Amino acid sequence: MIELASTSAQTDAQTDATASARAAAASAQAETHVAGSRADPTPLRVAGRELRSRLLLGTGGFPSLESLAGSIRASGSELVTVALRRIDPSAPGSLLAVLEAEGVELLPNTAGCFTARDAVITARLAREAFQTDWVKLEVVGDEDTLMPDAPELLKAAEQLVDEGFVVLPYTTDDPVLARRLVDVGCAAVMPLGAPIGSGMGIRNPYNIALIREAVSVPVVLDAGIGTASDATLAMELGCDAVMVASAVSRAQDPLAMAAAMRCAVEAGLLARGAGRIPRRTYATPSTPTAGTPDFS
Amino acid sequence: MIVLNGEPHEQGAGEPVAALVADLGLPEHGHGVAVAIDGEVIPRAAWESRVIADGAHVEVLTAMQGG
Repeated sequence: MIELASTSAQTDAQTDATASARAAAASAQAETHVAGSRADPTPLRVAGRELRSRLLLGTGGFPSLESLAGSIRASGSELVTVALRRIDPSAPGSLLAVLEAEGVELLPNTAGCFTARDAVITARLAREAFQTDWVKLEVVGDEDTLMPDAPELLKAAEQLVDEGFVVLPYTTDDPVLARRLVDVGCAAVMPLGAPIGSGMGIRNPYNIALIREAVSVPVVLDAGIGTASDATLAMELGCDAVMVASAVSRAQDPLAMAAAMRCAVEAGLLARGAGRIPRRTYATPSTPTAGTPDFS
Repeated sequence: MIVLNGEPHEQGAGEPVAALVADLGLPEHGHGVAVAIDGEVIPRAAWESRVIADGAHVEVLTAMQGG
């Protein structure tokens, strides 16, 4: 059932016993979450790899490598994206050295590719450069919106899966395309909330919830996140993780925003597990009406 | 003469890929570096044996902030 669209009231006919058993279980679960390091007790599994952090961080747009390193630490992220570009002798410092020092895993992307052919070649090059089979597959079809090109994306995904890659495609918020991508063997899907770098949040939350229902692999909300509440909403909608880049790297204080995103993802995951109350048009008193005095 | 990352480049023709990578001051083990010749990915294991032909279009790529 789609959380957002649901307006049906929970039945009031639960027995006290069921309710209290539920409360005990929920409270035990909450203690597990809150105790210690706030670590998620159920790590995210993608293609056999366990990730304790539900936050993926893009490395693009940071004002400096120091800012990037600090933001990685503040975000708690274990998986960060990198791009592959022509060598630039004037580039300051070594990005790879910084990422290795932070102990994060690399997720190479195919950003800038407009055809399946280019994306496949870029993925192969990334595998050589970084010795990883993982790839965040991006095939865009439009320079202004950077929206994914669905037919090219699907074609590239199929070929890369055949070549043994672990493919995480950046896709639209179309549940049918998401299913097709999983059908060809993608290890996760990364639907956009809004165009890359737009900071407009999740424009169609219903579709994100539909994607969560449509596929059995992890769903990682990618692109469009502007601030912490967007990341929380993604997790509340059922996403398994959130990817942020510009929202952190271009914030006035990237480290503070990285920390905020970490909390936001944890909050959303907890809230999703806790089970939100149904939306109602009219008020439901939270204070009992029984025992109200009569001053007439 | 070869075309290196879109620009004419004097050295490289007739040399193995490994020599070009070393000339560019990149780590010889190739960590973080990838090479394509005329759109074909050259695996690290072939850097010593693969000789760059005159006029080849060579792309030498590395990690950049992105995504």
